[in-house]
Amino acid sequence: MKWDTCDPKTAYVLHLADDALILGQRLSAWCGHGPILEQDIALTNVALDLIGLARQYYGYAAELIGDGCTENDLAFFRDSRAFTNHLLCEQPNGHWGDTLARQFFFDTFHFFQLEALQQSSDERLRHIAAKAIKETSYHAQFSAEWIIRMGDGTEESRSKITQSLRHFAPFALELFIPAQVDAAAHDLGFGPDVSVLESDWKEKIQSILTIATLSPLEWGFPKKGGKSGVHSEHHGYILAEMQSLARAYPDATW
Amino acid sequence: MGETHSLEDRFQAFVEAENKVEPKHWMPDGYRKTLVRQISQHAHSEIVGMLPEANWITRAPSLRAKLILLAKVQDEAGHGLYLYSAAETLGTSRDQMIDDLHSGKAKYSSIFNYPTLTWADMGAIGWLVDGAAIANQVMLCRTSYGPYSRAMVRICKEESFHQRQGFEIMMHLAKGTPEQKAMAQDALNRWWWPSIMMFGPSDDQSPNSAQSMKWRIKRKSNDELRQEFIDKTVPQAEFIGLTIPDPDLRWNEETGHYDFGTINWTEFFDVIAGNGPCNAERLAARQKAHDEGAWVREAAAAYAAKQASRSARRPAQTHAA
Repeated sequence: MKWDTCDPKTAYVLHLADDALILGQRLSAWCGHGPILEQDIALTNVALDLIGLARQYYGYAAELIGDGCTENDLAFFRDSRAFTNHLLCEQPNGHWGDTLARQFFFDTFHFFQLEALQQSSDERLRHIAAKAIKETSYHAQFSAEWIIRMGDGTEESRSKITQSLRHFAPFALELFIPAQVDAAAHDLGFGPDVSVLESDWKEKIQSILTIATLSPLEWGFPKKGGKSGVHSEHHGYILAEMQSLARAYPDATW
Repeated sequence: MGETHSLEDRFQAFVEAENKVEPKHWMPDGYRKTLVRQISQHAHSEIVGMLPEANWITRAPSLRAKLILLAKVQDEAGHGLYLYSAAETLGTSRDQMIDDLHSGKAKYSSIFNYPTLTWADMGAIGWLVDGAAIANQVMLCRTSYGPYSRAMVRICKEESFHQRQGFEIMMHLAKGTPEQKAMAQDALNRWWWPSIMMFGPSDDQSPNSAQSMKWRIKRKSNDELRQEFIDKTVPQAEFIGLTIPDPDLRWNEETGHYDFGTINWTEFFDVIAGNGPCNAERLAARQKAHDEGAWVREAAAAYAAKQASRSARRPAQTHAA
C-alpha cells in the first residue's frame, strides 16, 4: 500500500484518526432513523464532531507523510489491515441501547485520552486535543445521560441496556491494553500509557451505572486486535461501503 | 356606527391589511385546517426528505463531502422540528401528525419518492429540489400565519446555503472527468421533471389555491412559482454546461420567460397516489424508526416522570445526571 507507514508518530496519528472516522461513520448511519427527532439531531452532532476530528488527524498524518498525500487518500485508499481503530468503534449500531452503550464506553475513554494528550510532547496533538476535549465532554455527558435514562427508565429499557453494556464490555478492555501503535507513542512521549487510564475510566463508568441503578459490570475476556489491524469481520464491510465511490473513480476530485 | 361585521369578515380584513395571525387569535376553522394540513405536510417532507440523501452519507466520496451532507440532512431534521412546533401552535400534537403520516392520511412532497442512484443525485437534489423548495419558501416568509412565517425565515437561510452546496457538487462533477460529467447529466435528466412538478398542478387544477391566496397563506400561484424557478435555473445549467432534458425549452422574447414542454401530470398523480418508485420504502423506513424507537421514548418518559416525582419530594435537591 502506498500510504503504509513505519514512522511511529504517523502511525499513532492514524490510529487516533481511524477511531474517530470509523465511529463517526457508524453514527452517521443513524441520521434520519433515530427514535426521537431531537435525539437524531444530537447523535448526528456527535458524528459530525468525530468526522471533523478525523479530518484534523488525517490532515496532520498527511503532512507527516508528505509526497502529496491527502486526508482523503488516508481515509479512502487504505485497506482494512492498515486501519488501527479499536474493535469497539467498528461494532454494528444495533439498537439505540447498543449504540449508546458503545458510545458511553468510547466517549468516557476519549475524554481521558484527550486529557492525557494535552501533555503530549507533540504540539500539534496538544492543540487538537485541547480543542476536541470540549466537544468530547459534551458527548460523554450525552451518552451517560442516556445510560441513566435507560437504566432507570422502564423494565424493558433496563434489560436492554444491561445486555448492551455486557456485550460491549470485553471490547472496551482493548482501550487499555497497549499495542505496538500506542506503546510506541508512549515510549516516545507523544501519547499516554493507555493502561494508566483504566482505573479512572472504570471509576467513572461505575459511578454512572450506580446513578442508573444498574449492577456493576463483569468485564469478561478482552476482545482485542483492532489496534494491530486485526479487525472483526464487520470492518471490511464498513470500508467497502465508505470507500466504494472514492475508489471507483480514483482520478476524480469531488 | 351600527354596522356589524362577521368574524370572518374581520379576519379577512385583518389579513388583507398584512397583519400576522397569531395562535391565540380567532381564525376560521378552514384557515386552521388548511394550515395544519400544509405545515404538517411541509414538516413531513423535511423528515421523509432526509432519507434519500441519508442514503449517500456513508458513501460520500471525500471527508469534506461527508461532513457537508451529514450537516445538511441534520438541518432538515431541524426544519422538521421548527415546522412541527409551528403546527402544534394550531392545536394538533406532533404525535398526531406523525400518526397521520404513517397511516397515509397526511402527505409529503412526492419528490422524495424518487430514488437516489448516484452521488450526482446529492448535487441535483440540493440544486433543483432545494431550489424549487426555496422558491416556495421565500413566498411563505410572508405568509399570514405568524409562527409559520417566522419558521420559514429561519429555514430559508439554511435552504439557500444547501442549494449553493448542491450547485457546487454539480459544478465539480460537470467540470470533472467524463464519467463525472455523465453522472451529473444523468442526475439532471432524472430530477428535472419531478422538480418542476414540485410546485403542484397548474392553477386551474389546484383545488385549495384560490382560498389560500385569499387568506394570504399563499402569495403566488403554482404556475408563477414554477416559471420563476425555471427562469432562474436554466442559465445555471448552461453555465455549468449541462442540458435541461426538455426539447421544447426556449427563451421567449415577448414574455421575457422560458417556454417549456408539457408536464406529465399522470406521473405526478400516480406518485401522489402511492405508486412512485420509493413510496413504500420511504414510509416503511419512517415507520420502522418510529416502532423501533418506541421503547426508547417510553424509557425517556418513565425516567422523566421518576425525576419529577423525586424532585417534588425533595424540592431543595437537584439531581445532576
